[in-house]
Amino acid sequence: MGLFDNIFRPSPNKSSAALAKERLQIIVAHERGSRRGSPDYLPALKKELLEVVRKYVPVDQSQIKVHLDREGGYEVLELNITLPDEEPQSRRGLEISRGNGQG
Amino acid sequence: MWDGNLATVIVVTSGKGGVGKTTTSASFATGLAQRGYRTVVIDFDVGLRNLDLIMGCERRVVYDFINIINGEANLNQALIRDKRVENLHVLPASQTRDKEALTKEGVERVLNELRQNFEYIVCDSPAGIERGALMALYFADEALVVTNPEVSSVRDSDRILGILASRSRRAEQGEAPVKEHLVLARYAPERADRGDMLSVEDVLEILGIPLLGVIPESSTVLQSSNAGVPVILEDGSDAGAAYGDLVDRFLGKNLPHRFITTQKKGFLKRLFGGG
Repeated sequence: MGLFDNIFRPSPNKSSAALAKERLQIIVAHERGSRRGSPDYLPALKKELLEVVRKYVPVDQSQIKVHLDREGGYEVLELNITLPDEEPQSRRGLEISRGNGQG
Repeated sequence: MWDGNLATVIVVTSGKGGVGKTTTSASFATGLAQRGYRTVVIDFDVGLRNLDLIMGCERRVVYDFINIINGEANLNQALIRDKRVENLHVLPASQTRDKEALTKEGVERVLNELRQNFEYIVCDSPAGIERGALMALYFADEALVVTNPEVSSVRDSDRILGILASRSRRAEQGEAPVKEHLVLARYAPERADRGDMLSVEDVLEILGIPLLGVIPESSTVLQSSNAGVPVILEDGSDAGAAYGDLVDRFLGKNLPHRFITTQKKGFLKRLFGGG
């Protein structure tokens, strides 16, 4: 029914160009993200680092945070491990950075 | 004495095929030469030579780009001097060799030799993102990204922009990035007005690079390629005039964009055609 179509179809008057633009914006943003976003080695790196740390200190999966940042021409890889409460100094930070970054 | 370091290498690229790279390369190079700049246009489409046909010099090809890279001929033997426009030369692609012959060292050596004699070196890229296309853009200082107002072309152009930003020599050496220019070709203002085609603004918003020129869809482009005459040389053609503006803008003139709004055709113009 014409009337129902007009009410229930999502924006029936949207031009095909508007649709094209919307689709492009989504796909282009997605593809740019995978090009420039976090590298695919990040999850594996996180897992292995955690394994190494666990050899010495019992830490939980949730106690390790890996973050990659880009500022200007620098990439900063920030790694934060919260060690369990044993010593007076309960929280120690570990940082690996490239360029002039700091976590 | 001309200082070769000042030569500018411009790649005409797009990712997608059939959007007007060779048409743009031919007219852009011709326009630069018409304005007095010593210009050479190189066909990087090894295996599928086309630029010579569009430039109308296909019967004068003796040696090609790969012959030069392999040292089988020297540049003077291979460069074809345009008969219509002074200062304009064409370096054709090889039809027989495969793309592997296009080595980075070989291309660099030829470009460095060309830099001694030319102010503008225009590299006509093949479609795709393989070796020929990567070599055509690797040494570029500036890039004309040819795009049609159509989804796959816009997406591929975005892809090429990513490659320019990461895999060009400038990117690898950490120099100033390749200067990007958008050339929106085959544009039909009346279809954009109707909402049937992405508008200039839509494409600009998505790609986010400066607009160098809009080339209207025009039957003259096919006619001029039939005749082997770069469309910029066709007097009275909209597409030719748009390329003329594009070249002037590239050289620093501040010209408004024409052919981006619907023109009401008069009765006589409708009767006898135009553009």
